[in-house]
Amino acid sequence: MSPSTLQKLKGLLKGMMFRHLPYMISCVEFDDFISMYFEGSLPRAQVRVFELHLKVCRECRDYLTAYQEAMEVGRIVFNEPDASVPDKVPEDLVKAILDARTR
Amino acid sequence: MNDRVALKPGKPKPGQDAGDEEDFVERLRAGDAAASETLVRANIGYLLKVAQPIMRDRALAEDCVQEAFINAFRNIESFEGRSSIRSWLRRITINVALMKLRSMRRRDERSIDELLPDFNENQCRIEAPWTHIATPEEIVENADTRAWVRARIEELPENYRVVLILRDYEELSTLEVAEQLEISEQAVRVRLHRARAALKKLLEPALRGESL
Repeated sequence: MSPSTLQKLKGLLKGMMFRHLPYMISCVEFDDFISMYFEGSLPRAQVRVFELHLKVCRECRDYLTAYQEAMEVGRIVFNEPDASVPDKVPEDLVKAILDARTR
Repeated sequence: MNDRVALKPGKPKPGQDAGDEEDFVERLRAGDAAASETLVRANIGYLLKVAQPIMRDRALAEDCVQEAFINAFRNIESFEGRSSIRSWLRRITINVALMKLRSMRRRDERSIDELLPDFNENQCRIEAPWTHIATPEEIVENADTRAWVRARIEELPENYRVVLILRDYEELSTLEVAEQLEISEQAVRVRLHRARAALKKLLEPALRGESL
């Protein structure tokens, strides 16, 4: 059996296992739960199947780690002073605002 | 001029008297020019930083901030003091920015679909193995990389970028974002997840430690 056929067979078996065994969900269903899982609004029964899937699926585990890191990187960068926005007060804008206020 | 007032988000900090802010607001209500100038100078930089990533354009961000201040002066009577004046200004700025976005013709944007996760015909995820993943600290230590990350956030399509900013970075609740954007909470969750997934894909070179 060629490596690519073996890979396909493994994928097929994995897909069948996730879709047909009790307490298992597919990677697509897992993906649908991610937002509610982080929000803490996923019902307890679904949290269990979500976490079980995480234990048995290398791809989703890797994916979620990178997903969380990307969230964190975005948060850190966003909350830092943006170099493209100067800290110096833009005098022309201040003047325009104050002039508009008195009109 | 009371420059100690200020105007930061949230509750007054220790040492900052909430009464100071009440007095300051009274002066604003009375049309005190010096108080108005203090308000503008103390908050303009912060509000530009709020508006810039939403508008993706410095001139448009400045328009938003100008309009927000004008609205604030006009409606100072409605400021109830339940939040700090800076949080109130931030809310007004976000509202103005969202209104402006709605009225503008959308720029050519890439489709979110190409940035979403991939699955095969068996509903299994397709994800290249992660042999190494850089820590967030490693990624953000370099100023050029931070600018690169900021540019990737701005690359997200508008509907998704705005939800990501409001929910993850401005830390509004799902309900607050839904009200702000006049969409359902479920729509917020869907857009948020897609925005995070798209950001993950856009940031992958940095996360994998590749040269940018």
